[in-house]
Amino acid sequence: MPDAAPVVELRGVFKEFTGRSGRLVALEGIDLGIAPNEFAAVLGPSGCGKSTLLNMVAGFDGPTRGEVLFRGQPVSRPDPRRAVVFQEAALFPWFTVLDNITFGPKTRGVAAAEYRPKVDALLEQVGLRGFERHYPAELSGGMKQRVGIARVLVMEPELLLMDEPFGSLDAQTRSVMQELLLSVWERRHQTVLFITHDVEEALLLADTVCVMTARPGRIKKRLAVELPRPRSLEATTSPIFNELKREVLGLIREESRRAASEERRP
Amino acid sequence: MSGRRIPWFLILPLLLLGVWHLAVEQRWLVEGIVPAPAQVVDSWRKWIFGAPGKSLSPYSGTWVANVLYSGRRVLEGFGLAAAVAIPLGIFVGWNRMVARLVDPSIQLLRPVPITAWLPFAIAVFGIYDASALFLIGLGAFYPIVVNTSHGVRDTNLMLLRAARMLGAGERTILLKVVLPSALPSIFTGLRLGVGVAWTAVIVAEMIAVKSGLGYVLWDAYYVGRMDICVATMFSVGLLGFVSDQVIFRASQVLLRWRVLERHA
Repeated sequence: MPDAAPVVELRGVFKEFTGRSGRLVALEGIDLGIAPNEFAAVLGPSGCGKSTLLNMVAGFDGPTRGEVLFRGQPVSRPDPRRAVVFQEAALFPWFTVLDNITFGPKTRGVAAAEYRPKVDALLEQVGLRGFERHYPAELSGGMKQRVGIARVLVMEPELLLMDEPFGSLDAQTRSVMQELLLSVWERRHQTVLFITHDVEEALLLADTVCVMTARPGRIKKRLAVELPRPRSLEATTSPIFNELKREVLGLIREESRRAASEERRP
Repeated sequence: MSGRRIPWFLILPLLLLGVWHLAVEQRWLVEGIVPAPAQVVDSWRKWIFGAPGKSLSPYSGTWVANVLYSGRRVLEGFGLAAAVAIPLGIFVGWNRMVARLVDPSIQLLRPVPITAWLPFAIAVFGIYDASALFLIGLGAFYPIVVNTSHGVRDTNLMLLRAARMLGAGERTILLKVVLPSALPSIFTGLRLGVGVAWTAVIVAEMIAVKSGLGYVLWDAYYVGRMDICVATMFSVGLLGFVSDQVIFRASQVLLRWRVLERHA
């Protein structure tokens, strides 16, 4: 990876939540940079604060301490240059597939003549042709997520934030969506921050994988995934893949053992 | 066996009509107070179409005019209430400052029954249409504003975030996310509101103005025309049902996405 200025940079990020049951440290001392065109995955158990991390990069939430920078500027609010694909798709149920996809361009005042060809190409790419007039309620989980991906790609964001986008899909649909994402990524080499708790998913898709600790979330280790691109699902059977998987599983096991022993302490 | 061909909804009304008819015929009730169903139908017919020849009855052929008086008042009062309550409800639901400013007053005034406002309305607006409009508008206002603000407050956070990251400003969010998301609640408010509007119009016309179904109802009671009273009750019920259905049908068209959701 060339040493270009990072698209995203987190410097000493702490995040605390204060609730009725007192303070909760969600993230502790996160330092992370994502280079242009890098597909970065953040892997961690549920409750480790990985979604909180993404929310801060998106601008939905701010850090308690530390800095979140996008192209060298502190992130202060959501911005179409940092597009988000949510776990439950979060489509507007009152809009058709087409209106959901064109929401961004229309809102920003882009002329129809300009976005129409892009939308057509995207519908083709993500396999939504023929579903333009459908409402989200008429779509399966996988189809919804295709719309969720298409509606952000149409804006050609500089950074794609994906918050466990395939987490609620069945195993088969998930594989199909992973291949779809790989093929889409091959066309644009988009900078991606991908949150997941699925080891294989992280290794299959990403250039780098950050393994997070249990709460409070820290980055335990960052590994480079040196699998050749373009990748397909077959990559998951290669020796390099299995080697990496063993390493990551080892890190996770170590982490859960540590967490368990800490819980036992009074 | 298919139970679809049997008009189930007719069974209970026919049964009640039968009991009513019997009760009058068998003199289970004090004589001369409750009219028989047939008599009500006959009076209602004359009230609508007029009696043949020269009729001495003051009600003959005046039904349509009175329905129009009441209907217009409901429409105006309800329209006024919706025009104020929907935007206000959106701001109360959306902006915490507006909510803090306005909501306590709404909640304090809401328990005052619409009937309790009558003397005040007459004192301020006199025995004119304005009195009726005030009462109808006020009565319909509460359910609409409360349901609208609830609907707005219930907007899914993820959808708000999605809109923001897609570049939407406050105006776009209000119009394209918050409003459609609150629309089912707004329609619930409108349906409750139109019900209150019919209640209010009858109360207002009984006392505050000298026309419409409410006026006929009270007038007929004074001159001992229970047949006309009962016919008026049925008329109001029918009109209330029709106006509710109009709003319901409109919601079915506007909320097509939600109908699909329920069948998914």
